[in-house]
Amino acid sequence: MKSFTYERVDSAAAATAAFARTPGARFIAGGTNLLDLMKLEIETPSHLVDVSRLALDKIEATAEGGLRIGAMVRNTDLASDARVRRDYGLLTRALVAGASGQLRNKATTAGNLLQRTRCPYFYDTNQPCNKRQPGSGCAAIGGFNRLHAVVGASDACIATHPSDMAVAMRALDATIETVDAAGKVRAIPIADFYRAPGKTPHLETVLAPGELITAVTLPKPVGGTHIYHKVRDRASYAFALIAVGAIVQRDGTGRVALGGVGYKPWRVEAAEAALPRGAKAVADGLLAGAKTTHENAYKLPLVERTLAGVVAQAKG
Amino acid sequence: MKFDTPATSNPIDQMKIVGKPTNRIDGPLKTTGTAPYAYERHDVAANQAYGYVVGSAIAKGRIASMNLDEARAAPGVIAIVTADNAGKLAKGNFNTAKLLGGPDIEHYHQAIALVVADSFEQARAAASLVRVEYARGKGAYDLAAAIDTAIKPQASFGTEPDSAVGNFAAAFAAAPVQLDARYTTPDHSHAMMEPHATIAAWEGDKLTVWTSNQMIAWSVGDMAKTLGIPKENIRFDSPYIGGGFGGKLFNRADVLLAALGAKAAKRPVKVALPRPLMINNTTHRPATIQRIRLGATADGKLTAIGHESWSGDLPGGGPETAVAQTRLLYAGENRMTAMRLAVLDLPEGNAMRAPGEAPGLMALEIAVDELAEKLGIDPVALRVLNDTQVDPEKPSRSFSQRQLNKCLETGADKFGWSKRAKPGVARDGRWLVGMGVAAAFRNNLNAPSAARVRLAKSGVVTVETDMTDIGTGTYTIIAQTAAEMMGVPLDKVVVKLGDSAFPVSAGSGGQWGANSSTAGVYAACVKLREAVVQKLGLASDAVFADGKVKAGRRSVALGDAAADGELVAEDRMEYGDLAEKSQQSTFGAHFVEVGVDAMTGEIRVRRMLAVCAAGRILNPKAARSQVIGAMTMGAGAALMEELAVDKRFGFFVNHDLAGYEVPVHADIPHQDVIFLDEADPTTSPMKAKGVGELGICGVAAAVANAVYNATGVRVRNYPITLDKLLGKLPDMV
Ligand SMILES: Cc1cc2nc3c(=O)[nH]c(=O)nc-3n(C[C@H](O)[C@H](O)[C@H](O)COP(=O)(O)OP(=O)(O)OC[C@H]3O[C@@H](n4cnc5c(N)ncnc54)[C@H](O)[C@@H]3O)c2cc1C
Ligand code: SF4
Repeated sequence: MKSFTYERVDSAAAATAAFARTPGARFIAGGTNLLDLMKLEIETPSHLVDVSRLALDKIEATAEGGLRIGAMVRNTDLASDARVRRDYGLLTRALVAGASGQLRNKATTAGNLLQRTRCPYFYDTNQPCNKRQPGSGCAAIGGFNRLHAVVGASDACIATHPSDMAVAMRALDATIETVDAAGKVRAIPIADFYRAPGKTPHLETVLAPGELITAVTLPKPVGGTHIYHKVRDRASYAFALIAVGAIVQRDGTGRVALGGVGYKPWRVEAAEAALPRGAKAVADGLLAGAKTTHENAYKLPLVERTLAGVVAQAKG
Repeated sequence: MKFDTPATSNPIDQMKIVGKPTNRIDGPLKTTGTAPYAYERHDVAANQAYGYVVGSAIAKGRIASMNLDEARAAPGVIAIVTADNAGKLAKGNFNTAKLLGGPDIEHYHQAIALVVADSFEQARAAASLVRVEYARGKGAYDLAAAIDTAIKPQASFGTEPDSAVGNFAAAFAAAPVQLDARYTTPDHSHAMMEPHATIAAWEGDKLTVWTSNQMIAWSVGDMAKTLGIPKENIRFDSPYIGGGFGGKLFNRADVLLAALGAKAAKRPVKVALPRPLMINNTTHRPATIQRIRLGATADGKLTAIGHESWSGDLPGGGPETAVAQTRLLYAGENRMTAMRLAVLDLPEGNAMRAPGEAPGLMALEIAVDELAEKLGIDPVALRVLNDTQVDPEKPSRSFSQRQLNKCLETGADKFGWSKRAKPGVARDGRWLVGMGVAAAFRNNLNAPSAARVRLAKSGVVTVETDMTDIGTGTYTIIAQTAAEMMGVPLDKVVVKLGDSAFPVSAGSGGQWGANSSTAGVYAACVKLREAVVQKLGLASDAVFADGKVKAGRRSVALGDAAADGELVAEDRMEYGDLAEKSQQSTFGAHFVEVGVDAMTGEIRVRRMLAVCAAGRILNPKAARSQVIGAMTMGAGAALMEELAVDKRFGFFVNHDLAGYEVPVHADIPHQDVIFLDEADPTTSPMKAKGVGELGICGVAAAVANAVYNATGVRVRNYPITLDKLLGKLPDMV
């Protein structure tokens, strides 16, 4: 870990100002991802702006009948909120499928969206990795890539985004609200939030440096049966091999988002239209153009079968 | 004391304390966090500095140059140790690669430097400023690709690479029912909770290390050899060990580098291996490729048994002895086994819980299941049918005790084995349900072991031995032994372990620890009893009970014997040839039920049962813990544990506990353990055997067989992950 300076701020404005003032600054929220990366010198901020105690820790109803979730709401609190459990069950289920109770007590809504990949080569500073060190190459291509992306990847990077929460957020059409040092606010639909790796896999979202996430909003509930099926090698405390988050309505229509297949929670609205025709049709649309390695090719049939299971479960 | 004739009756047979389910005497320390582990021994030496290990970034080649300037200039840095400035170092007998590499690099993350600083953070930050240029060499990292180059290795730990009886080839060719299959097991990591950690301090030319080590005397000897100083100048202290599983049998880089760092810094230095280094810097269980051929008559009698195993290791290393159990487990007149060893430039392979048998049975016990199916015979019945009461390679030698059949039959009865359906038939909602069985087998080993016992006026008995408690419950069984022998309650016994200043014990490894170390304590207590009766002027058949010594009409408080000074006795248990005359082994049967999600292929264990026949069980509570822990590890080996080899760069990629998955609570819903009532008079006066490794033997195959029974899909390459089932599961869509 590199030496760094630290300050705690008490307002969003102070946070963005502090960031703008100090080159090499980073926000830190729960710290459950950033600190690990700093210990391994994968991230080497020279200054930490601690936003964890900002008053962005409330879940409020919006005028449109949805919810506005403060960026600092802890994963545990979000998962256990009565309105979330009642109207956005997918979100609760995805959250509790992730990490452990202790981590969820620390992890924040914003930090969860911005957690970095679990590609093992990314974690080993001896290995080439374009995401960690642009231009150094990608060790996962041609290496151990059983866990890696099958859609949306590039020749520079085949990493997946590991968040469970983000999969639910994607299916629920969440919007990410931000503010920058000039006080400018933005509302970014989650569909537009993550950047494809292309030749620049180190750039992961559309956020500008120093842009602070203040909240995530959910539109008004859409009803339906909410199912999150996270598939992994052990029963708990593991990242997803793949995950299927689905909202299925009585008439058989619905929404599907996938985790563990790409650089972002993966949803293709056009593919969902095939839902009444069954899982295969949807999976084909979702994974169109998939590029697999011999180690991760299993993810394609796994998605299809898991989705079929989810649809069957939704029908009861 | 020499143990060269089978035990007759002795005070242990009273079983007033030995054999009773007993809470750990060190339990309160563990549960309150007050048992100090190596890295936490802040009080043993003042002014401790922190060392951080730099691991090699390449697997094979040379360090072309190393620049320490930036690191030296970093805040708080006191010293940097490298092969260049460490002076002449030898290699320990138990190490294959050097603990401090450079300029030649033998494996990934081999230690090449230690940075010592005032704080841990300073040492870690400076370690990343050590600038190294490498000249990458070409290495061999792929076992499958290297097996053609494998050679017949030398005998290791007395195990010959090959064995042959009768005419295997002819018998196999002639067998009406044949099985010929290939199995693979991957590299496994011990993944124990406590990392390798050491605090070292020099006083003049005397070195003390507070460390985490299973085998104190071996490691003192190896450190003396490595440093080129007399053994007498080194003290090891390792009272508490947060798991070892064989990973701490030998010195690792933490010990040597703490010692060298303390010398360079001129003050005590502490070093722990960070988690990412544990996997590539230390040892692991090597991967195997195994070929098994079984020939049987139509009614299920084995006529030919062939087992070959290939594994790899660094130059000078040894094979994984995966064929060991096959020489002893089943009857059959024509047999062959062979082990071959390839050179691989991956990190050093070595012992991990039940080395040999653990991966060997992972293969053999699937093969037996496959044969049972070919024969149309129940797999429990097939094993029972092929039982042998004699060493099948040397039929003149019988087993000292062998209740494998009873384990199998008891287990089948208790588990509800008769309800097992045909493969792919039983369902529970969307879960395909199956049951599997496997035999468990592990040899019993005895090793000489010494102890000292002290009797105080208060009647308190103190035991001192360099034996280690690696979380197995050694403190407690030693206390039970001394209490039983001296006729005092458990709370009158104090046990001190893990200090090389104490008499040399068997240490903890190869499941020899429990029987051997308590036998050493037994021997010392026999001497102490003699001293007591002599001191009190009592007849030699005096009875030690209830804190008193009674002979005829006299009854004296035990402590009175020490009224005018502590009584001290020391002895060492040594062994004659009983273990050669008859074969001492431990046996068991594992039964497992799994569910396989028909949609996703996810495999979940539903229940497990182990039935063990392993001599006298000294503490059924601790033994049960050992076996359920081993069953858990076996489930991990079956379903998830695999060090992923990068065959280009030559290292284990998933080198932390996020990537190397071991079972969590949710993976292990229900476990039962049954111990058959046994006492084996040929093993020692304790009549006990090992059990901690038996528990893992066969588990993974029982899981694999259950997966087959659930799905009808046979997977021969561990771990059995869902991707290996997916394409073959019933079509649900
Ligand atoms: C052992 C382990 C297991 C895990 N398992 C899972 C799992 O199964 N599923 C899963 O989904 N996750 C898992 N996680 C990841 C966990 O969910 C994330 O670490 C957590 O959500 C991150 O939140 P945080 O608040 O701690 O973020 P931090 O670590 O504090 O920050 C993460 C990133 O977000 C940035 N950031 C934080 N707040 C803001 C803000 N307001 N505006 C702009 N940028 C910001 C930081 O600068 C940093 O780059 C696991 C983590 C661990 C350690
Ligand atoms: S997949 Fe991406 S994160 Fe992984 S090594 Fe390649 S570039 Fe790095």
